[in-house]
Amino acid sequence: MSVKSQVSNDLELLAEEAVALALRGGATDAEAVGMEGDEFSVRVRLGQVEELTESGSRALGLRVFFEAEGGQRTASVSTSDLSRDGLESIVHAAVELAKVTGVDSFAGLPEREAFGICETDLALYFDDVDAVPPAERIEMARRCEAAAMSYDTRIQNSAGAGFDASSSRRVMVNSRGFSGGYRRSYCSFAVTPIAQDTNGSMQRDSWYSNARTPRLLESPEEVGRIAAQRALRRLGARRVPTQQCPVVFSPDVSRGLMGNLLNAADGDAIYRNASMFAGKLGEQVAGENITMVDDGTLVFERTVPATGELLRVGGFGTAPFDGDGLQTRRTVVIERGVLKELMLNTYTARKLGMQSTGKASRGLAGAPGIGGGCYYLEPGTMSAESLLAEVKNGLYVTSTMGFGTNLVTGDYSQGCSGFWIENGELAYAVEEITIAGNMKEMFRNVSAIANDLHFRGAGAVPTVRIEGMTVAGS
Amino acid sequence: MAAASSPVPFDSLDHKRYFFEKLGLTERLLERCLSEALSAGGEFADLYFEAVSSTSLGMDEGIIKTASQGISVGCGVRVLSGERTGFAYTDDLSPERLLKAARTAALIASGPQTQRVQGFTETRSPQLYPVAGASADAEIAEKIKLIERANQAARAFDPRIVQVRASINDELRRILIAASDGTFASDTQPLARFNVFVIAKDEHNTARGSSGGGGRVTLEHFDLAGKTPEHFAQEAARTALLQLDAVAAPAGEMEVVLGPGWPGVLLHEAVGHGLEADFNRKKTSAFAGLIGQQVASSKVTVVDNGTMPGRRGSLNVDDEGNATQETVLIENGILRGYLTDKLSSRLMGMANTGSGRRESYQAIPMPRMTNTYMLAGEDDPTDILKSVKRGLYAVNFGGGQVDITNGKFVFTASEAYLIEDGKVTAPVKGATLVGNGPEALKYVSMVGNDLALDEGIGTCGKAGQSVPVGVGMPTIKLDRMTVGGTGR
Repeated sequence: MSVKSQVSNDLELLAEEAVALALRGGATDAEAVGMEGDEFSVRVRLGQVEELTESGSRALGLRVFFEAEGGQRTASVSTSDLSRDGLESIVHAAVELAKVTGVDSFAGLPEREAFGICETDLALYFDDVDAVPPAERIEMARRCEAAAMSYDTRIQNSAGAGFDASSSRRVMVNSRGFSGGYRRSYCSFAVTPIAQDTNGSMQRDSWYSNARTPRLLESPEEVGRIAAQRALRRLGARRVPTQQCPVVFSPDVSRGLMGNLLNAADGDAIYRNASMFAGKLGEQVAGENITMVDDGTLVFERTVPATGELLRVGGFGTAPFDGDGLQTRRTVVIERGVLKELMLNTYTARKLGMQSTGKASRGLAGAPGIGGGCYYLEPGTMSAESLLAEVKNGLYVTSTMGFGTNLVTGDYSQGCSGFWIENGELAYAVEEITIAGNMKEMFRNVSAIANDLHFRGAGAVPTVRIEGMTVAGS
Repeated sequence: MAAASSPVPFDSLDHKRYFFEKLGLTERLLERCLSEALSAGGEFADLYFEAVSSTSLGMDEGIIKTASQGISVGCGVRVLSGERTGFAYTDDLSPERLLKAARTAALIASGPQTQRVQGFTETRSPQLYPVAGASADAEIAEKIKLIERANQAARAFDPRIVQVRASINDELRRILIAASDGTFASDTQPLARFNVFVIAKDEHNTARGSSGGGGRVTLEHFDLAGKTPEHFAQEAARTALLQLDAVAAPAGEMEVVLGPGWPGVLLHEAVGHGLEADFNRKKTSAFAGLIGQQVASSKVTVVDNGTMPGRRGSLNVDDEGNATQETVLIENGILRGYLTDKLSSRLMGMANTGSGRRESYQAIPMPRMTNTYMLAGEDDPTDILKSVKRGLYAVNFGGGQVDITNGKFVFTASEAYLIEDGKVTAPVKGATLVGNGPEALKYVSMVGNDLALDEGIGTCGKAGQSVPVGVGMPTIKLDRMTVGGTGR
């Protein structure tokens, strides 16, 4: 095995070969996923290159199915050893493993007619992601850090800046005739400056820019300045007394909080009774101002800063097919507070006697889970500033810490930092406090949604304000 | 600490054989790659070969639904030049691809070769864990029996248990490290984890509960008292049922008693990460420059110990080929030392504590914790509870997180009770506790005599890399801590 005789260099052929080997081993159905990618990453700190990584990798995952009385047995395997021996031994392992599993009447690949691939160009790959020479990438990280460091004398240290670029390809092939593949590109840079005040206490914060093509990255200087401002404004943070008050969530935090609406609509959690939304389909689960959409097909039109040209570019959660091989789609999960649709893959849809909503996520190993595409909360009309201006006394949260989110009961308790709001203005920074409530009530108590919807990741949620939460502090 | 089993002599095992015989490596090839890695003037280079085989079996709704196996093989090449690290990896171990990775990593330096590859000296360390064989069919049958036992025990515990998932995940990780400074080490690291997750439901409420454990152990571990499938199943069921009737957790600052074992995650977050040398070398940690200073009450002594037989966080050698050790972090409240790897110990002029760890061959090593715990004190745990007028007794936690720069940390209690007039009363809902690392342990006023380590469930994340760890603690009392509930 020291010299690898690869079955094929082509990922599709490799996946097809794995499926064929599984069928030859007696499987009634099989599905293979192949992934390959190139990664570039540089870390710069205080102007010097600290780490530089450049590599590529490929790996394969396989699921096998055996028809049995009353259902199917299934097992899965994954490997980065793509030699002929490696492939044969892992397929053999899958076949053997499947024998020990129980017969599951809901297991199995989707029906032939369910498969589909989004036909339009989703603009997920831009070949110029590789075109920027390493020296220029390093320089962008350097410039970003330098801008942050020179912004204010209270910034004398940095946890570093970085530039990452990657391109990857994914293919999926199964024995029911599905064959699909797509390529994606990604690049980003970020910086984390450290601000220090006269008494020596330190605060860090970060800012970043990310895109599918370097043409759409923001100016390193601008990103560096924002990061500096974010770190500086945390200096002098204090604690506040325990009390009940309105809480305003910045978009970075509300994205995670409101994303729980989709997590609670996860078909896997629903059929297990492990969600506060179990049995609530068609019912009011949030305020009438809440409409939450998951869309695996989002394509944006963006302006290239340098040239002003318009570019179609796919969202970070966009893909032509889901982890089951079904066409991705737009799903209004919560409409005016009513739970309209669930986040379903093929398996959980069968468990619930419903149709998949195309939300299967598939890594290499294991069966598909549930994962959305791009998601967003329908924005309101007021600006974030006027939303804040309405608060006499309350908390503006800019970051949360911890794992205090219970989707079964809805209980929510997180450590947080941010700013105290006095008479509609940010008065001072706060930290080492917690916010708590129950999400079932929190989602009904959203008293305002701002208009600042910006996609910086797969999901986007505007600034939101929630009434009646408990802040615990001194 | 009590040893799970005694260490096996080094000479009885030969971990490197796998890489030479099965993967076709030769010492000559290792030297060629290292030499190539140093060709542009780097001061140090190492090769990290890794072959991991993992298996996962899971029962869900009474049937074995999940059976999966994964194989991952690859090599990471690292080159150091001053404070700079060049890194490349490959999942193809052919000489051409290895040499290409070495050439890529080499380019972090730019100049003529200055260093030669030293002759290899093998790191000898005691064997802290058994070398499990590759998962044989018989072993899979054994695992299924364990999972079935957990499933039955959880369902039999109470009719309100409506969902049960039980699983066993294990892996065998083989590593070989060769470095230009002559370091040569190899190891075979087993790791197993048993897990039970349940949902309890009555006419009003639904709640979840989970429990699990394991370590660098073989399947026989799960026959030991307190480690059986029945134990984990009953624990998961008990905690879920408890939550059905839980009241709101209190909000605000109060006295907090933490139970023994897993609540030691407090130490991991409050002080552990802040004492990792990389953060202190860069002065980005709230603990930077505090060595020799009081950072905790004089009753507090905290160590990180990678040499505990069978423990989840233990390692015969770290991922840079150094033997692991016991490192005193805080001694009677005084900060004594940091956790270092090769890069930080060289740049900071400190001893290497054998703390260089990495998630896989695709990642660069960093200083990391192994098993981190507080030594036992003299107080009787019942006296500790009796001393509290109004407070929180937290015995189990979900997980924690820290901002090492400002020192603020959180950890989320999954099983906790009110303490009223010295008595443990109503169970409360999950709540996040928040504190400040360099301050929190100064409020430790009582330390119990009941030190325990966690069951073997911890996974620590840092800069995107996950590694298995252990934590431990006796019962302790903190005079002041903020509890993030909604109640009074």
